[in-house]
Amino acid sequence: MSVLKLDNVKMQFGGVVAVNNLNIDVEKGKIVALIGPNGAGKTTAFNVITGVYAPTSGDVYLNDEKITSLSPDKITKMGIARTFQNIRLFKNLTVMDNILIATHLHVKSNFLSSAIRMPWSVKEERKMREKSEMLLGKLGLLGIKNEISSSLPYGEQRKLEIARALATDAKLLLLDEPAAGMNPHETDELTKFIRNVRDEFNLTIFMIEHHMDLVMEISEKIYVLDFGQLIAEGTADDVKNNPRVIEAYLGVEEDA
Amino acid sequence: MMIKNKKIMRKSLTGLLIIAFAIIIILLDTETIGDDYVRRILNLGAIYAIVSVSMNLVNGFTGLFSLGQAGFMAIGAFTVAVFTVPVELREAIFYIVPQNPLVANIELPFFVALIIGGLLAALVSILIGMPVLRLKSDYLAIATLGFSEIIRIIFTNMKTITNGALGINRIPGIPTMWVTFGVAIVSIGFIVLLINSSYGRAFKAIREDDIAAEAMGINLFKHKVLSFAIGAFFAGIGGGLLASLLGTVDPKQFYFTMTYNFLLIIVLGGMGSVSGTVIASFVVTAGLEFLRFFDDSLTLFGVNIPIFRPGFRMVIFSLLLMILVLFFRKGIMGQKELSWDMVEGWFHPRKNLQSKRKKDEGGTV
Repeated sequence: MSVLKLDNVKMQFGGVVAVNNLNIDVEKGKIVALIGPNGAGKTTAFNVITGVYAPTSGDVYLNDEKITSLSPDKITKMGIARTFQNIRLFKNLTVMDNILIATHLHVKSNFLSSAIRMPWSVKEERKMREKSEMLLGKLGLLGIKNEISSSLPYGEQRKLEIARALATDAKLLLLDEPAAGMNPHETDELTKFIRNVRDEFNLTIFMIEHHMDLVMEISEKIYVLDFGQLIAEGTADDVKNNPRVIEAYLGVEEDA
Repeated sequence: MMIKNKKIMRKSLTGLLIIAFAIIIILLDTETIGDDYVRRILNLGAIYAIVSVSMNLVNGFTGLFSLGQAGFMAIGAFTVAVFTVPVELREAIFYIVPQNPLVANIELPFFVALIIGGLLAALVSILIGMPVLRLKSDYLAIATLGFSEIIRIIFTNMKTITNGALGINRIPGIPTMWVTFGVAIVSIGFIVLLINSSYGRAFKAIREDDIAAEAMGINLFKHKVLSFAIGAFFAGIGGGLLASLLGTVDPKQFYFTMTYNFLLIIVLGGMGSVSGTVIASFVVTAGLEFLRFFDDSLTLFGVNIPIFRPGFRMVIFSLLLMILVLFFRKGIMGQKELSWDMVEGWFHPRKNLQSKRKKDEGGTV
């Protein structure tokens, strides 16, 4: 069953076509990667999916429901959460607050009852905290819940960003270069982490990544973008041997 | 055991402080200690505290650079003025243009007028906020500043309701200090509770990173308007109290320069610190009075120092503001709140250096 579907999505900025006629189908429970050289339009595709940009033409579907041009917060409420290429945590807040903020979208009390601590709001708040602590516990971040998030080491900040996305109860996770800036050891750890998170929370994961060993090891399907065009799709082996992909990454030999 | 004892000690100390505070206010209120001048400064300090904390909610906690506070105060102040002046006095006050018959015969109890003033300010802030809150940083500041001036100019011209530039006087005064301090405690208490609720966390998220906040499902527009309206509500309440404290209002009081006083207070106290703002409110209110010394002419060794003349106070004030912004950008408290841990830290500075970090690797994932 397809969770996320992009149907002929085109994104144009003035005369620049960042993404052209993109068709992507992400199946439920899979880990799918979107790769391509710098400037290929990968992050633009993510921004279209999450509602940051409204596409010039084409549609985005989540579980067969059209979500094209909805605002980012609505799309998150419908079950897509993302992380960012350059980590965007709430820097001056604690780890726990970062997680709690991501559970705010399900709050039912209004600001008045929330502020004057009506019994149902207190109960709701307690539930939010329990849920957040459980999540932090599962991800091994509970011991640092009172740390200020910007004081964490890089790897943990990446983890926390994923944890925060999970706290929204999303079923589809978009990871924008989760391994950026990581050494091979950290990348290894992240590979396991992503896989475990998928299994533990029954997620579908769609990610942009440059670390080829991570991509090749983890992804069940890979899409390759170049200059906004989809040039290949398939399993790791299909993609690895596809001449167009090799050309995009390495260039082509000039005929003499 | 140690920790439990410490908790009990802190709680009882807090209790003692509250009792001491209440006793001081009672003594001041019953005129056992202090004089009218001291009472007036303290009342003014409490009102400034309400308005500054409400401004800090918008600027320091939600990260919206808004400079509309004076306009919202004017709405609250004029609502209280229009509806609490005894009906029989109104003819004498509105001696040039008679008051509009719609409001001329309505006299409301002080607290009802105060709440209505707050609600009107909130309503206007929502109307202003709808278009303006889509702007960011300096643009938002300029737009809110402009709207604040528009409100003032409208009041100057609504002669049949606000008596125009003449203003309204003979507003019934505040009977006891408990009115200002009571309202201040309730208002600031509400804002503190709000900040520590889920909505407060959402506000902080918008301050920290609005793109990430939106990606986490927070409706930016709704939350910005909410924060803006609550800030305006309490600014309106503060304005209403001010009208009653001074006994007279006129639109000139609510020049945009008034907003800068509050800006100074929240910068001095710490953007994002309620306790810092409250401390700074009293420090600045008292300081502005103390600086009046510079407005009097001064003769040293028989020589009249020429720069000591009316207005020099504001020069000193501006200099202090510049020093503050240049060297103490985080203010007294930064984003922290006054707490016993902090007080202890002053006496055992080394203790804070120890890292409390503990790590468990025991995640299941």
